[in-house]
Amino acid sequence: MGKVVAVTGNEAVANALRQVNPDVCAAYPITPATDIMQRFTSFVSNGMVDTEMILVESEHSAMSACVGASAAGGRVITATSSQGLALMWEILFIASGSRMPIIMPVVNRALSAPLNIHGDHSDTMGARDSGWIQLYSENAQDAYDNTIQAFRIAEHLDIRLPVMVCLDGFIISHSIERIEYMEDEPVKKFVGEYKQVYPLLDVEHPVSYGPLILPDLYMEYKRAQHEVMTKASKVVLDVASDFEKISGRRYGLFESYRLDDADIALVILNSAAGTAKDVVDEFREKGIKAGLLKPRLFRPFPYGEVADALKSAKAVCVMDRADSFGGFGPLYMEIASAFMMNGNKPALINKIYGLGGRDFLPEHAETVLNELNDIVKGGKVKTHKEYIGVRE
Amino acid sequence: MKLKGWKDLPPGAVVTEAGSAAEFKTGSWRSFRPVWLAENCIQCLFCWMYCPDMSIKVKDGKRGEYDYDYCKGCGICALECPGKKGKKAIVMEEEGK
Amino acid sequence: MATTLTLKELSKKEDLLTHGHRMCSGCGAPIVVKQLLLASDYPIVAANATGCLEVSTCISQYTAWKIPWIHNAFENAAATLSGVETMYRALKKQGKLDKEIKFVAFGGDGGTYDIGFQSLSGAAERGHDMLYVCYDNGAYMNTGIQRSSATPIGADTTTCPAGSVIKGKTQPRKNLTRIMAAHGIPYVAQASPSHWKDAITKFKKALDIKGPKFIDVISPCNRGWRSRTDDAILLSRLAVETCYWPLYEVEQGFTKITVVPKEKKPIEEFLKPQGRFKHMFAPGNEWLLKLAQEEVDREWERLRKEAGSE
Ligand code: SF4
Ligand code: SF4
Repeated sequence: MGKVVAVTGNEAVANALRQVNPDVCAAYPITPATDIMQRFTSFVSNGMVDTEMILVESEHSAMSACVGASAAGGRVITATSSQGLALMWEILFIASGSRMPIIMPVVNRALSAPLNIHGDHSDTMGARDSGWIQLYSENAQDAYDNTIQAFRIAEHLDIRLPVMVCLDGFIISHSIERIEYMEDEPVKKFVGEYKQVYPLLDVEHPVSYGPLILPDLYMEYKRAQHEVMTKASKVVLDVASDFEKISGRRYGLFESYRLDDADIALVILNSAAGTAKDVVDEFREKGIKAGLLKPRLFRPFPYGEVADALKSAKAVCVMDRADSFGGFGPLYMEIASAFMMNGNKPALINKIYGLGGRDFLPEHAETVLNELNDIVKGGKVKTHKEYIGVRE
Repeated sequence: MKLKGWKDLPPGAVVTEAGSAAEFKTGSWRSFRPVWLAENCIQCLFCWMYCPDMSIKVKDGKRGEYDYDYCKGCGICALECPGKKGKKAIVMEEEGK
Repeated sequence: MATTLTLKELSKKEDLLTHGHRMCSGCGAPIVVKQLLLASDYPIVAANATGCLEVSTCISQYTAWKIPWIHNAFENAAATLSGVETMYRALKKQGKLDKEIKFVAFGGDGGTYDIGFQSLSGAAERGHDMLYVCYDNGAYMNTGIQRSSATPIGADTTTCPAGSVIKGKTQPRKNLTRIMAAHGIPYVAQASPSHWKDAITKFKKALDIKGPKFIDVISPCNRGWRSRTDDAILLSRLAVETCYWPLYEVEQGFTKITVVPKEKKPIEEFLKPQGRFKHMFAPGNEWLLKLAQEEVDREWERLRKEAGSE
């Protein structure tokens, strides 16, 4: 049905955005996301989309303009990375609190200081409490597919929330992979017409966006926002099932890899999951029941489903490509919470890996799986949280 | 206005009823009350233009009474009123006197 | 078509900012907004920077606005409105909208001169068809009278209090109107609510010109200026008559003084009724008054030269 191409992650995302043909796009350059917007503006300049660009003077203004454009009543996109996302921070909360279905690919990159332009998850993990839905992508195909699905999720009338589509900087954004593109028409049909909710440009029905809310009402708004997030998982699954019909590719809330009877398991996000899966296979060949869980939907986090998928594991390592200094890695904290929910208490350890673009190698996964295996065989947990792939 | 429960709130804190602030009466803020002396009024409408609280009713281009539901008693209208032959058409009187 | 502006005709229009807003008694800002809204013959969509006007006009489930209105954050009214205006162009291009709509941003001096300056400068450079109106009360009034870059020299504020060593603000105010004119945008002006006809004429003109426009309007704040609640118009008039706040416009790069005071009053007349300048009148502080006067004289002379009215 589609066509197989060899493209970078950024190129795939840009193509998805072209196929959706949003109304307004705000853009500001930042490595390694710049390329998405360069490609997209060339679509604009060559009349391949109807989108109006706003070439802003900062990411703060990019997100601010997105909020204005979204309130006005149409489909809105931007893209960013790292410092750019950090600069948007204030407005991220306004976008979600105002229930604006803005779509933003985020090419994951380390946060400064020290300055580093390479991939890790500290940027989007830092934004995990911003009220945005977050989808993570292992490879260019995921990034392309997630970008298309993001519009349907965000714009669903029960949801109306912004979505970040996260993909690893350079490793995915700049490497060429073979992926399958869909034709333009099925994508357009899948995404459908944009439905306006309280458009600001409806001058016959004037509305006010952004009131001052006092303690007598603020909490009700937040409660409502919480409620919406509880509905998102179902919408993500419904959209995935519709998507499968047109693409043949299946998506869930996460990927369970050889988990059914696993004794030991890794939990790992994005591109490193690919490397780790190969190592899991090697362990299986050795007769060790290893498995892997790769979250796709990080916000809202599917606690119950994740705990259930990991129920046979006796020892689990959560691999974080970001640290919460003075705490565990952000993914670890979610998995620990998930286990609390179903009373399942495997040995649980946390490894911090791959910061600032440090390579994640098969031997890293191997060492961790061996450690888990030792724990299962009666050994004790030595360290709960540890950096790996780092020089002493 | 009765405060809504979370299930009844419009998404995104949008306020859908344009001009609903009119339900909020600010007249109680007043400690001085402007009084209009129609006989001294030359209908210049400066008071109307300068009132920050849209509290002077004008109909068909003619100045009418105050809207004491909203007037905060700032006194701008009285100060700016030219009146007739040096006699102001607006005087400020202390509330409750 | 130039119809003469009369209060009688204007008074027949609907109040698009309704009473029941919670601005302080005697505040200048609602008068500025009212004059802007009266000036337009087209529907307006407005953005508002965080500040007094914003928190007092749209609070809880009450809005004083009868036009579409959006508040996003403090520093981004211009960027926000640029998004709204761009969506308008996008939908118009696609034939989904055909109405003629005007776009106006409101910000106080804090949200315009300081924290929102980058956003304003960016939007002006990008050429969005919108009018930015700054209601300039010369300090962060909403947070309790802290100095901004619009605060005049000598003023006593809560972050540059007049003390025994430092006598209020030591720097002159930033001339944002000139900075905006330097952007080369089609229309920039200064206005005062006291001169309603001049102000409304400028608003009308600005709304009719395509592209980015900026109008800086003096907006007395009796709390921050420590003056009477009834003198917003009196003080804004004195600001014009002392040439502290000259009324002029820069249209397509050409400067014109729109109201020339019959006689230029000494700056003391503007400063004296305001408690924030009280210390300047204390014995021994005459130099401060002199400084303030020199500041006004220099800018007025420069402006006159620029306008070719020497
Ligand atoms: S006293 Fe002030 S608020 Fe009341 S009508 Fe006069 S100007 Fe308006
Ligand atoms: S300002 Fe005075 S004279 Fe003029 S209309 Fe008002 S009350 Fe009458």
